[in-house]
Amino acid sequence: MNAGYLADLALVLSAVLFAIGVGGVLVRRNAIIVFMCVELMLNAVNLSLVTFSRLHGIDGQIIVFFVISVAAAEAAVGLALILAIFRHYETVDLEAFRRLRW
Amino acid sequence: MTDFLFFLFSAMAVLSAIFMVMQSNPVASVLYLVVTFFSLSGLFVILDAHFIAAVQVIVYAGAIMVLFLFVIMLLNLGSAEVGDLRRGLSQLLAGSVAVALVAVFARLFLVETDPAVPEASALDPLLEAQGAVAAVAEPLFTRYLVAFEVTSVLLLVAVVGAVVLARRRAP
Amino acid sequence: MNEAFQPILPGLILGLPLLGAVLNGIGAFAWRDSKTIPSLVGPLTVLAAFAIGVANLLAMRAVMPHEPALVPLWTWMRSGELDISVMLMFDQLSLLMTLVVTGVGGIIHVYSVGYMRDDPGYSRYFAYLNLFIFFMLILVLSANYPLMFVGWEGVGLCSYLLIGFWYENREYSDAGKKAFIVNRIGDFGFLVAMFLLFSTFGTLDMPAIFREAPERLLADGALVTAITLFLFLGCVGKSAQIPLYVWLPDAMAGPTPVSALIHAATMVTAGVYLVARSGVLFALAPVSQAVVASVGAATALLAATIALQQFDIKKVLAYSTISQLGYMFVAVGIGAYTAGIFHLMTHAFFKALLFLGAGAVIHAVHDAWAATGAHGDPNDMRNHGGLRRLMPVTGTTMWIGTLAIAGVIPFAGFFSKDEIIWQAGVRGYAVLWALALVVALLTAGYMTRLMVMTFHGENRSGEGAGSHLHEVGAVMWMPLAILAALSVVGGWVQIPDALPLPHVDLLHSWLEPVFEPALLVAAGVAGQHGEASHTAPLGGGEALWAALSTTLAVIVILLVYRGLAARRYRPAAEAAEPTGFRAVLYHKWYVDELYDRLVVRPLLALWRGCWRIVDDRIIDGTVNGLAGVARLAGWTGSQLQSGRVATYLLVFMIGALIILGSLAF
Repeated sequence: MNAGYLADLALVLSAVLFAIGVGGVLVRRNAIIVFMCVELMLNAVNLSLVTFSRLHGIDGQIIVFFVISVAAAEAAVGLALILAIFRHYETVDLEAFRRLRW
Repeated sequence: MTDFLFFLFSAMAVLSAIFMVMQSNPVASVLYLVVTFFSLSGLFVILDAHFIAAVQVIVYAGAIMVLFLFVIMLLNLGSAEVGDLRRGLSQLLAGSVAVALVAVFARLFLVETDPAVPEASALDPLLEAQGAVAAVAEPLFTRYLVAFEVTSVLLLVAVVGAVVLARRRAP
Repeated sequence: MNEAFQPILPGLILGLPLLGAVLNGIGAFAWRDSKTIPSLVGPLTVLAAFAIGVANLLAMRAVMPHEPALVPLWTWMRSGELDISVMLMFDQLSLLMTLVVTGVGGIIHVYSVGYMRDDPGYSRYFAYLNLFIFFMLILVLSANYPLMFVGWEGVGLCSYLLIGFWYENREYSDAGKKAFIVNRIGDFGFLVAMFLLFSTFGTLDMPAIFREAPERLLADGALVTAITLFLFLGCVGKSAQIPLYVWLPDAMAGPTPVSALIHAATMVTAGVYLVARSGVLFALAPVSQAVVASVGAATALLAATIALQQFDIKKVLAYSTISQLGYMFVAVGIGAYTAGIFHLMTHAFFKALLFLGAGAVIHAVHDAWAATGAHGDPNDMRNHGGLRRLMPVTGTTMWIGTLAIAGVIPFAGFFSKDEIIWQAGVRGYAVLWALALVVALLTAGYMTRLMVMTFHGENRSGEGAGSHLHEVGAVMWMPLAILAALSVVGGWVQIPDALPLPHVDLLHSWLEPVFEPALLVAAGVAGQHGEASHTAPLGGGEALWAALSTTLAVIVILLVYRGLAARRYRPAAEAAEPTGFRAVLYHKWYVDELYDRLVVRPLLALWRGCWRIVDDRIIDGTVNGLAGVARLAGWTGSQLQSGRVATYLLVFMIGALIILGSLAF
């Protein structure tokens, strides 16, 4: 397959995965699932970066490496947050979290 | 063969992602997401990112998703939170946003084709010379060394933060 | 004059009273109970300033400069064309005023040591008194109008502080406010005059203005008339002329030495001084001069009639002051500046004497009542009577003051008043001349009435008070004696050669360099009365009319004395209200009531309307309305803040879409 064509397909795939992630964030109320959707969006972006890396050089992959590291850190902190919130509210339903206002 | 694998992995990724979103059981959602990550890992191999593919499997599918599973089980979310999927207007809105996003990205990525795009991968000579791991490792420990070290600090901070946040407070 | 006059210690003349004010002001807090320090600091600083003034007088006599000596101290403000410095001006007029202010003021300070002996605000009192002298000195010594205005406002402030000195009493502090507010009307005139002067001359320095005025200003033109009329408005307020004289009688609320200070040495004479000082400008505006003289004459007559039927001893003296100030304005209005200043000086002597004497009487009656436990108004002459035997020094010195103010030869008032009357006569102002003569006789009348009611007849102070009434202490009667001596000899500095007396010409020759420019201008402006006649409107020379007026004054005094000495007054508490024309005079022609109806009440109604409608409804409504709009906007915005994470995410996504979309399409 032609490299440009392959890249186009991969980019469309990455856009679709990203959109699925966005849709999941919007339709789910379970905070953990929403969080997983965010991970999916990150992965979609990683796919784009790898694709561009194939066209333009190795730096894209380096950035993916950093994204994965940051995602790991984010997952640790985020899950700890969810844990703390769950202790307080006894639920992970986003609709229950209404304190984000004055 | 490569083309077939590409389409296979793509289909698996998209389908399992959709299932992940639509599945009411969180444990099943996690497992679907793992499938998506594996598919993406396969795609990374096809796209000449062998090292990233390995990291994807080890870190994402191995570590992060296990963490998710642990939390879900810890909170005993099993089927208690079943049916947290929004319905009606929310789904319509979410779908619209998703479609609009795809349209926007497609427009951004595809319409203006760069004539300089090569026929084959631009990475081929590099990979041939250094191998998949060394090609990534070499810039990582030279040009990106500062960022690399800062990332390690970030991970440390995240660990400490997670411990502090998740610690059980005195009642 | 080749030899220039150098003022001696000019800064100290101002600095000493200020130092006294500061020390006493600190003392009012720091050594509240000590009477020694204020007793020394208060009078001594003023008397030291007087001594420096005398030294300057002697130095100036030796040189007799024709140009004022200017002492620039520092630059006050400089902005564009405007350049005002704190500059003192020493010439014959300002030095004479300095001596009157510090001399008479100093005597009043000494007297106050006795009068205010038992007052809890002793140190505060002397702080105000010193400050008063300080501002009055700034007023007379300033070389430009803004600095003069500082002094002008300063004496206004001090008069407010001193009139309302006993501020616990609502009526007294109201009187202080009245003085301040009425003065403010006049200050407006002064300010406008300054603006006009600056826009015309580009400077506010008096020497420059007086030098350039004859060339820059069209004689008898609208501009100079406006300037002088606005200046005169200021004088009307400060010097208590019609229609702004109402504050002065109320100013009696302050301690009696303060009344003496305001009436004799400071404050009210400022207006006369201002007109005399600005003589060049007034000489260019005959219309304003006529206004000044007419207002002066009308005020003199009105106040004299009111004084005839007052029972409060200080009110009689207050209206007498207004009347005498009218005389001074007649003099400066007709261009006889020296005569005006002459009367200002002699008036300072005998009016200070009369006020301090009245203070002694009030003090004695007050003390006697404190001993017997009686209550009443110690100021009311119906509660006095027969004090001549009990207070011989006060009685004698006050008689001297009465004879002086009545214009009996050879007391001081005779010479100054006679000169004003005569100048009005020879300059052809027949009406003013006649009015001045009548007022002179009225003055003799009401002053004799005051003396008879206070010092003659039987004592009406109540049971047992007689044994407690006694002469005041030496610290109080000594100043009376000094002022009495001055009231006798004060007029001898200027004796016209028409009289069969030794001719003395000290004052005219002394002030001549100051008023020369004004008189030259006047001579140039006015062909209409260029040649002064040498006879009064009805014929007859100066000697004849002087003899006639003094004889008439003596006759009036004797008639009033005979008429009233036999009459039995009742104490104030038992007295009936006056009736008929007496009531009109007793109620001061109902001027206060008229002002109340015409000015105060409409203004109050207007302000109340402003408050209720403009302020409450429009201004507050606007502000509250704006606040309401802001609250509504805030409430609307806050509705977006649902706190639902999902909503935020949706909005965030839509925003991201819009940004990306704008990049893509």
